[in-house]
Amino acid sequence: MDFLFRARKKISKFLKAFFSKRQSRIGIYGPPNAGKTTLANRIVRDWTGDALGPVSEIPHETRRARRKEGIVITGNNGGSITIDIVDTPGVTTKIDYKEFIEYGMEKDEAVKRAREATEGVAEAMHWLREDINGVIYMLDSTLDPFMQVNIMMVGIIESRKLPVIIVANKIDLPDAAPQRIKSAFPQHPVISISGLEGDNVEELYEKMVEYFG
Amino acid sequence: MSAMIQGVQIDLISADRLDSMTMMEKIRLILDDVMEGNIVVLEKGLAPEEQSKLIEITMREITPDGFAGIEMETYPAKEKPGFLDRLLGKSSPTRLTVIGPADQLKTIKKEKDFITAWVSSR
Repeated sequence: MDFLFRARKKISKFLKAFFSKRQSRIGIYGPPNAGKTTLANRIVRDWTGDALGPVSEIPHETRRARRKEGIVITGNNGGSITIDIVDTPGVTTKIDYKEFIEYGMEKDEAVKRAREATEGVAEAMHWLREDINGVIYMLDSTLDPFMQVNIMMVGIIESRKLPVIIVANKIDLPDAAPQRIKSAFPQHPVISISGLEGDNVEELYEKMVEYFG
Repeated sequence: MSAMIQGVQIDLISADRLDSMTMMEKIRLILDDVMEGNIVVLEKGLAPEEQSKLIEITMREITPDGFAGIEMETYPAKEKPGFLDRLLGKSSPTRLTVIGPADQLKTIKKEKDFITAWVSSR
């Protein structure tokens, strides 16, 4: 009996190790000011009660990747996923400190912000190559989805064979056109939300459970 | 060159030339050229991994009142490669790409298959 008990315990341990997946690390990517941190804060608040980082209207508010571990998201059918959320700096190919001066910043502060932003973009690219298992790609649905950085980033994510959900954000704004995003990226699921107002985020959570689970 | 003060140099690099270069050679060639104020046209664009590295290295080259980064234009990738292409290890083909200094090359309008850009001299 003792032998049988030990054997069963061993088998169950083996099966557990075999079937339980490593916790997925989901990166929220997108151009500056798409609403990445607003969404990250909402996800973290909805499922853990905390917050992740500050938001602002000035681009490049997030200049370091921020991670929140062990978030459990449960879908309507009872299925759930455990993920780490990584909020990343907005990706761009150009940064000019003068842009920040237009928002009323002093030159020294603007130059510092620009330098930190360049480091942040490089860091975000590095995370994507090394440490991310799935991507939420955020787009501002009032803007042109064919912006070069989007085409490049979606291509890079596809080449790494990472699952990606495209989020058409800011649908609460009058000139939002999420349909343009759907037609620009027909190969991926597109969910329209307002991260700020919380509109339709449940659909995003459902999709995350289905897609990243 | 003195007669061309107002001009902008455009370097057109063939697919053959690009095929013979390593990733870092391509990135260095592009960035050195663009940092001098030239426009680079690649007959065949960069692979996703090369684009990722180009963004990263561009960020390292940015300086206040100096180089402000790049503007890059290319069409979205074509449909996913077919079964046979995947079997042969071909990824989706890269496409014609224009790269220039961010303070000189501006995108005016961009559609899936038509790009309008504007180049100004320094």
